[in-house]
Amino acid sequence: MSKIIAKDLNLWYGAFHALKHIHLDFDERRITAIIGPSGCGKSTLLRVFNRMNDLVEGVRMKGEVLIDDKSILDGGFNDLVKLRKKVGMVFQRPNPFPLSVYENVIFGLKVHHLAKKNDFDAIVQESLESVLLWNDLKDKLRKNALGLSLEQKQRLCIARTIAVKPDIVLMDEPCSALDPQATLKIEELMQRLKKEYTIVIVTHNMQQAARVSDDTGFMLLGELIEFGKTVEIFTAPKDKRTEDYITGRYG
Amino acid sequence: MKTTTKQKIAFSILFLCTIMVVLPVLFVLGIIIKNGWHGINWQFLTTMPKDGMRGGGIYPAIVGTLYLVSLSIVFSLPIGLLAAIYLNEYAKDNLLTRLIRLAIVNLSGVSSVVYGLFGLALFVTFMKFGVSILSGALTLAIMNLPIVITASREALASVPYSFREVSYSLGLSRWQTIRHSVLPFAIPGILTGAILSLARAAGETAPILFTVAAFYLPKLPDSIFDQAMALPYHLYIISTQIPNISTETRYATALVLVGIVFSMNIIAVVIRARLRKRKKW
Repeated sequence: MSKIIAKDLNLWYGAFHALKHIHLDFDERRITAIIGPSGCGKSTLLRVFNRMNDLVEGVRMKGEVLIDDKSILDGGFNDLVKLRKKVGMVFQRPNPFPLSVYENVIFGLKVHHLAKKNDFDAIVQESLESVLLWNDLKDKLRKNALGLSLEQKQRLCIARTIAVKPDIVLMDEPCSALDPQATLKIEELMQRLKKEYTIVIVTHNMQQAARVSDDTGFMLLGELIEFGKTVEIFTAPKDKRTEDYITGRYG
Repeated sequence: MKTTTKQKIAFSILFLCTIMVVLPVLFVLGIIIKNGWHGINWQFLTTMPKDGMRGGGIYPAIVGTLYLVSLSIVFSLPIGLLAAIYLNEYAKDNLLTRLIRLAIVNLSGVSSVVYGLFGLALFVTFMKFGVSILSGALTLAIMNLPIVITASREALASVPYSFREVSYSLGLSRWQTIRHSVLPFAIPGILTGAILSLARAAGETAPILFTVAAFYLPKLPDSIFDQAMALPYHLYIISTQIPNISTETRYATALVLVGIVFSMNIIAVVIRARLRKRKKW
């Protein structure tokens, strides 16, 4: 079923046309990878789905983006809060707050009053379990999260995101700060998470896209050149430019 | 000349200059402590002045200074912090913002006697608070605003952008982000700035000269609308207006004032050192 749909989406930073006439249709409970060279607009596209681009001054959007058949481009700030609860985000660099592990997980819940204090313990356990951190950290919940390893930090950030119970998790190069082994572990985690969440991942690592994703979109200079099943994109790309990129002939 | 010799000479000059910065501080402290130490005792700190201030203690001046300093921070910290939040988190980079920033920089360069006259005109005369603790504290607060604003802005700006980004991505509004994801991590820096500004307020004479300070009061102030004695002004008076006063009394008074200012600065330095240790993000 369609989770995210974009129709003729355009985005400008000032005079710079960063996204050009994008049409897409992402299915739910799948992992969709967006690949492309630096500056192609893949991060910008990702940040359309939770409207993080709004933070950039001089940004302008045209077209239509639907999540669960509801438009996300028009609507007041209240809707933006609602949207971001529904569409969580994991960033490139693990960025836990300098607070305890526990406080990090419940951060969003606490501010939004989404759960009662009595339920916090259960939610912390559930969230940490789903990112496979519970066994490692159950005795260190009160320890400062800055003392964790990079991989643990990134898992914790994922736990913090899913504690708010989003439908969609956007991941902006979530493994680029991690070593190969930690990368594989986070990828395994993504496979687990896709049973419950729709995941969109931006990556410049083509092997990673090939390994983890069900669908792949290839972007170049602000255009979505090709979109389809990952297997097809990587084995039988229809567009010459996609083929050049995935075979390493681009640039 | 050999390179190593040149280098040695250069190092020596640099080192000497550094020493010359520290020496006056040590001299001042040394002289004050040497001459004032014996004048300090419990009675000196806790009793009223006697014999036209030649004897007795300096209790009312200490109390007056503490009142002034604490009341001034009540005004300057909230206003300064909120202004800093506006400038750092909300203000767009336009002409108005740049003018405000320029004004803040200039305010911190205005000499303190000008603040004193300003306080006299605005608070004492125009707003009819009279010569009172309130007028003095407000004057000191205005003098300190640039320090509080600048320190608070730096503290806010040192909180990484990624904290704000995560915060927005979790659905927090702008104000919630400031309240939950920025302020808590900026507070040590803000406090440091506030304490440093307090130390300055405690030591200044000119701003309180026309707005609050009394030559001599037989009793402690009852309310913020009373005049009060204050340490720096008291020191000025006993050093210039009262003949035949013992050197020891003067230096002891100076020692108390310097002691208060120094301990505030040390508290600020300790907080800052702790903050640096904790800050690894």
